Amino acid sequence: MSVQAVEARAPAKAATDAVAQPVESIFIANLRDFRRNRLAVASVAMVGLFALMAIFAPYLAPHDPYASDLFRRLQPPAWLDGGEWAYPMGCDGLGRDILSRAIYGARVSMTIGVAVMMVAAMAGMIAGLAAGYLRGWTDIAISRVVDVLLGFPYLILAIGLMAAMGPGLGNIVLALAIKEWVLPCRVARAETLAAREMEYVEAARALGASRLHIMLREILPNILSPLIVVCTMRMAWIIIMEASLSFLGLGVQPPVPSWGSMVADGRQFLIGAWWVSTLPGVMILLLVLAINLASQGLRDAFDPRMRT
Amino acid sequence: MTAALQEARPLVAVRGLHKHYDLRRGLRRLVDRPAQHTVRALDGVTLDIRRGETLGVIGESGCGKSTLGRTVLRLLEPTSGSVAFDGVELSTLDPAAMTVMRRHMQIIFQDPYASLNPRRTVEQIVGLGIAIHARNTAHETRERVADMLQRVGLSPAHMRRYPHQFSGGQRQRIGIARALVVKPQFVVCDEPVSALDVSIQAQILALLAELKRELGLTYLFISHDLAVVGHVSDRVAVMYLGQVVELGPARALLKSPAHPYTQALLAAVPRVEAGGGERQRLQGDVPSPLRPPSGCRFHTRCPHAMAKCSAIAPTPVMVAPGHAVACHLHEGAPA
Repeated sequence: MSVQAVEARAPAKAATDAVAQPVESIFIANLRDFRRNRLAVASVAMVGLFALMAIFAPYLAPHDPYASDLFRRLQPPAWLDGGEWAYPMGCDGLGRDILSRAIYGARVSMTIGVAVMMVAAMAGMIAGLAAGYLRGWTDIAISRVVDVLLGFPYLILAIGLMAAMGPGLGNIVLALAIKEWVLPCRVARAETLAAREMEYVEAARALGASRLHIMLREILPNILSPLIVVCTMRMAWIIIMEASLSFLGLGVQPPVPSWGSMVADGRQFLIGAWWVSTLPGVMILLLVLAINLASQGLRDAFDPRMRT
Repeated sequence: MTAALQEARPLVAVRGLHKHYDLRRGLRRLVDRPAQHTVRALDGVTLDIRRGETLGVIGESGCGKSTLGRTVLRLLEPTSGSVAFDGVELSTLDPAAMTVMRRHMQIIFQDPYASLNPRRTVEQIVGLGIAIHARNTAHETRERVADMLQRVGLSPAHMRRYPHQFSGGQRQRIGIARALVVKPQFVVCDEPVSALDVSIQAQILALLAELKRELGLTYLFISHDLAVVGHVSDRVAVMYLGQVVELGPARALLKSPAHPYTQALLAAVPRVEAGGGERQRLQGDVPSPLRPPSGCRFHTRCPHAMAKCSAIAPTPVMVAPGHAVACHLHEGAPA
């Protein structure tokens, strides 16, 4: 039989084949894909700039964001009549430097964006893994909670929670994270449902691996890419939510500068002094756009299945 | 006395094993009748796997071969019936005892791409069993992994690589190393070569045979390839719709098959010889395991079907020593 003919030279050849290749994990390969996408890299740099701006706000801001000078009330930007270069973007209704306040405003937006996403991603990941792998009552309980939360309008829920808990940075994070975790949870659950049927999971079970090992070591690394992609995309949305809450007066309380509350402050002067609302609005636009573009680049590199 | 007993006792004793899947979901369980919504993947399988043998299992896709392998290892919970491993009834073991038991029984999978976690290195994949079953230091674990890799024809230099850097045949070697590193006694080979090129198939089969000899393994070898099963098996079980219809020594069974289904399977193997007689072809498809035929499962496609075949399920009879067949044609044959 031909089967026996080939037997003799079986093992020797296989040993030499792959030795010369460089060691490369899928993660490194994906990262290289990502680096080729110039728009995405530029967007990441942009987000990085915003982060640096938030961290080094005290050194970058030309003026104290809280110092009001009533003689400079609604002073126009430098390039308009009545403006001066010491206050390049002009001043708001209380005569505070808009540029300095916008720089400080990055702190609120970045902090809340990152904090909410961290809390939501961790909670959603754990809940989604448990629901998808353990199935049964765990899945039913978690999925029903997710369905109920999904049925709630986001802003209404956040407004209600903020009204109940009162303002404050920690409360904003809580109010947004309470609903935000359902998205990573749904993604994690769906990906886990697919991954748990893979033969490598069965192999781990056959070896007697614990459920914790299978969830965290076998499944989690395989569902991480779509999770990261979803979370970065949602971060842009969270920043808008914070701005919305602050705009409505339910977010960060005055005098702490937040882009949302700055837009709200300028609303009453919109016809006469458009610059009060415009700069913080542009800041929101730029940051959200940069995060969205970066997350699309991440998606293309790390999760090709989601490519549109 | 104990030696004689061990000799006589099969390593794995499967008795009346059933695995049914209830397709009704939620409230439909209250409305629909169970009989029409239950897939009978295994429907009363009884067989022994003797220490040191290779028991081949053949049958068409969907006949329950893989379900048998997984239920025997208790990767799937049986609906009823029992599996005794070395005299220990598996279904009575609590999770902790079952984990300990898993060291002795392993599985090699069909698809070398799906069976290796793409995010874990070869060292992590092969070392998992050691991490679970032995309290070794990282250094000892690495040595055992390196040793095992060499045994399956790979190099210890491969340890830090990821599965996607290997060919199909190499990946299957990694899968074999993962299963054998815990030094099991019994290995389910679930179509271990059917996803590989023919030339690679021969290499993997040779490797499996070599490891069996060296480590004193017992195989349950599942395949739909009659040539492969005939080559590796000591005994062969033929499955049809969740039941074993014929079981006997490989050579005798393949040379003179007793069950009409086995005869049809063998007749379907393409032959090189020119001309030849009229080939006996099976008509129609395998009936749905949702509604298996009454009596003998095979009567709807059997060329020798008789009146009683659709009414009475045949019980296995011995047609030769160690050669059992479940078919009315052979009832009353000399045992």
